[in-house]
Amino acid sequence: MDQPSATTATTTFDPVDFETDPTRYRHFRVAYDGSVATVTMDVDPNACIRPGYELKLNSYDLGVDIELADIVRRMRFEHPEVRVVVITSGNERVFCAGANINMLGSSSHAWKVNFCKFTNETRCEIEDATEHSGQIYVAACNGTTAGGGYELALACKEIYLQDDGNSAVSLPEVPLLGVLPGTGGLTRLTDKRKVRRDLADVFCTTAEGVRGKKAVKWRLVDAVFPRSKFDEKVRERAKALAEAAAEGLPGGTRRPVELPPLAPEVTEKSRTYRHVTLTWDDEARLAHLTVRGPTRDDVAVLEKGGDALLDAGADLWALRAFRELDDALLHLRLNHMNVGLVLVRAEGDAQTIVDHDTALAKNRDHWFGREVILHMARVLRRYDNTSRSFFAMGDAGTAFAGCLFELALGADRFYLLDDPDHPVKVALSELSFGALPMHHGMTRLAAHFHGEPDKLEALAGDTSPKDPEEADEAGLVTVLLDDIDWEDDTRVAIEERLSLSPDALTGMEQNLRFPGPETMESKIYARLSAWQNWIFIRPNATGPQGALSLYGRPERPQFDWQRV
Amino acid sequence: MTEVSSVDLNSKIPNNVGLSDDPKLRRALEKWLPEYLEWWNDMGPSDFYDKPVFLRTAVSVTSDGWAHYDYVKLPEYRWGIFLAPPKGPLTIKCGDDAGKPAWTEIPGEHRNALRRIIVTQADTEPASVEQQRMLGHMAPSLYDLRNLFQVNVEEGRHLWAMVYLLHKYFGRDGRDEAEELLQRRSGDPDKPRILGAFNQPCDHWLSFYAFTMFTDRDGKYQLAALSESGFAPLALSTQFMLTEEAHHLFVGETGLDRIIRRSAELEREDPNGDVRAQGGIDFDLIQRTINYWYSYSLDLFGGEISNNASDFFASGLKGRYREDKFEDHKAIAGTYRLPVVENGRLVEKDVPLRHAMNEVLRDAYVADCERALRKWNRTLEQMGSSTRLYLPSRRFHRHQGIYAGHYFDPQGNLITEEEFERNRHKWLLTPADNDYLLSIMKPVYEPGKFANWIAPPKRGIEGKPIDFEYVKMHD
Ligand SMILES: [Fe+2]
Ligand SMILES: [Fe+2]
Repeated sequence: MDQPSATTATTTFDPVDFETDPTRYRHFRVAYDGSVATVTMDVDPNACIRPGYELKLNSYDLGVDIELADIVRRMRFEHPEVRVVVITSGNERVFCAGANINMLGSSSHAWKVNFCKFTNETRCEIEDATEHSGQIYVAACNGTTAGGGYELALACKEIYLQDDGNSAVSLPEVPLLGVLPGTGGLTRLTDKRKVRRDLADVFCTTAEGVRGKKAVKWRLVDAVFPRSKFDEKVRERAKALAEAAAEGLPGGTRRPVELPPLAPEVTEKSRTYRHVTLTWDDEARLAHLTVRGPTRDDVAVLEKGGDALLDAGADLWALRAFRELDDALLHLRLNHMNVGLVLVRAEGDAQTIVDHDTALAKNRDHWFGREVILHMARVLRRYDNTSRSFFAMGDAGTAFAGCLFELALGADRFYLLDDPDHPVKVALSELSFGALPMHHGMTRLAAHFHGEPDKLEALAGDTSPKDPEEADEAGLVTVLLDDIDWEDDTRVAIEERLSLSPDALTGMEQNLRFPGPETMESKIYARLSAWQNWIFIRPNATGPQGALSLYGRPERPQFDWQRV
Repeated sequence: MTEVSSVDLNSKIPNNVGLSDDPKLRRALEKWLPEYLEWWNDMGPSDFYDKPVFLRTAVSVTSDGWAHYDYVKLPEYRWGIFLAPPKGPLTIKCGDDAGKPAWTEIPGEHRNALRRIIVTQADTEPASVEQQRMLGHMAPSLYDLRNLFQVNVEEGRHLWAMVYLLHKYFGRDGRDEAEELLQRRSGDPDKPRILGAFNQPCDHWLSFYAFTMFTDRDGKYQLAALSESGFAPLALSTQFMLTEEAHHLFVGETGLDRIIRRSAELEREDPNGDVRAQGGIDFDLIQRTINYWYSYSLDLFGGEISNNASDFFASGLKGRYREDKFEDHKAIAGTYRLPVVENGRLVEKDVPLRHAMNEVLRDAYVADCERALRKWNRTLEQMGSSTRLYLPSRRFHRHQGIYAGHYFDPQGNLITEEEFERNRHKWLLTPADNDYLLSIMKPVYEPGKFANWIAPPKRGIEGKPIDFEYVKMHD
């Protein structure tokens, strides 16, 4: 039987680099004025991440969004004094026209999906900062706010629109492009802004959108201000919000923590960071992801607390290791699309990790300690959201404990070695019981035991390292293997996994990983993105006569009218 | 179904659209009427409202019927709603459905696009009245004053024509849009008019003539393109508006011609050939005015490469100028070649013809403007002046489309921003120009007399002599 070619999806472009810093921004300017930061989007039309389109009218592609994500992340660590972030536009008439349509029309399905996922994650990070870090995002829509532009505004806590008779907010995806406003648009409209669903229906089918008082009345924006007073009114509102947000913040000196480049060592087949190693074999469609746990010294820093944390800054294990993990996951997603299965290992000493987590949890009332935990949670959500099979491999030398045990709980399966000559421990920690929620709001432990509440109950507060057998008994292990079976059984499992349909696996995993209820955030990925990704492959969008394909072309789309 | 019925001049709103048989629409329009009058009172040439003006009013839609002349006080002018009578069965003129019967009701799928087209056109009509409202105070003659008011009332009627469509076919949204048309104000930073040129100040008569020459001429081409629309009521409305628009263009083209003629005379009279020394308008200033208004007017056609233009054409909402003269009304296959800026250089690029429909329309406009320039240069030649005026490149001083954001000299060469700014005062109207023009533009209200800076017209209006009292300034 023919093996599907392993190279078809590999792009011939340079790999995407997800790291950037303010000296390299092409599309944004950030200004700081005490507790208010202003992020001005002014996209350079010629600086696109892939050739073949121009980023006109403040439209964006992945490269633009990588900068935005960098801004949001750095804001929390490097500008902890900031309480309000105003997002506005440097373009004279357009706030933001959304994702670049020519880019979407000319990209592969996989690129589109990954682009959308990344932008969705960035929007969720904006909300996370607003909700948990006391950094409130405000959209100052000083021009046309269309599609992804309005979705960006929707991710902000408040939206202000210029009232000049022209500037409108709109979601024209359905009428113009035959696709969905898939960057959270539909979901946030109804679930966050509580726009009445029938009005949302009218709004989403009216390409030109809604402006002025009607936009306020329909709750699409919080207020409109005349053009001559717009900046002043937004500034006033930002100041007031900043004052309110300053109440009840976690303590600690608000000294910035700079995030230096991760500078991994990169070869043809690996990325080696300080605490993380990612290796891959594109032919075999297999990758290995290893995270090395904290040392006793790392624990000691946390135990000192306060300024000791700030002195360690970006070198703090928990921040550094998870930044590296994040970067590795993004590389895996965009630059190694053929890799289907990732074997995950957590190395170190279980008790040390448990102690690390205990010490870190004690710092959650320090702003920086809290930010580090919030960051870990976000990276783990990125892990949950990654459309690859993950097998956690608890073989000799591993220590799936505490925050690193989340990698086993988040994986699709957890294989654990039971070999007295190579004792391996597994442990929960203070962080296992709520500090690192999934995006549907549950802990990974609770999701794991969704059908076995008594087992969950039995483990409550239990942070003692467990032998393999104990762990298996407690229900924490998928397959427990002794040293004789390990080699063969895992090999077979890997081969079997790699033989299954990648599409079916993605769908299956994304369903099975999130038992239990939904939140707005999880609905964005599970409902909105899933529908969007289906529509993306339908001929009505991307076939030769499809609306997305023909946008910008002289022909008009021709639909297959059958409802599916 | 829209039926053009006989003209009803006696109803509150004169019309030939059978308003008396459509009480709902009549009520809506009668509600809008006082709001319109209030706008006209606030933003029209209100200082002249007690003066009888010799105006043309439409009394029927046949070619002789709409040209009825009499003295009217401006607030008593009877704006009405008139559609041109259809010539035979109407069809969709262009796009994918070319040749099929025209729509007499709005097709749902095109509703929003049509509303946008109509609102954008409608917005220009009151805007120009606002821009011109103070010009009466410096009119060079009663003849010109009367022409100004004729243009003003007809722009008001054009607004009526568009508002009728909004009320009749767009329900609640249309009524909201009609109200907003009366709320926006030319040049207001908070509620500006939609299009750039309609927010530029037009504060003296040189700009007025240039505006009616160049900006109203854009209007003519937009109306002509809309008169090819597959939406029959829009096509018939705009056809009738075109008959009025022709007079506005006449005012602009001949107004500039008369200034040029006069300047040539003054040039000859002055020992140093210095037009300004004689209180006239020098040719450099005229050229700067042409550059200024022509470039702003070019912007009104929209982007050179435009999805909207393609959609409007493809769906039969907006055709080309004289679509009948083209053989292929689908224009699906052709391309259009135009220079674009790439990597700091101008290179030729082929784009799908449908995407270049704005540019195709702009071509017709440019050719028409070139014709006027040839005429003015003939005047200069006859007058023995060696000066020749020209149209700047269509890339010069643009704020819309693919050339916006780049800098070009009037010949169309790509230059730096610094170079452009250094030459701005040579190429475009400056505040000092405006000061000078305001200093020479004192009103002349005596029948048959003309300001020093402009020549009299060749003939009067409707067979009346030039010294006819076109506006009765004293009872
Ligand atoms: Fe007009
Ligand atoms: Fe006009």
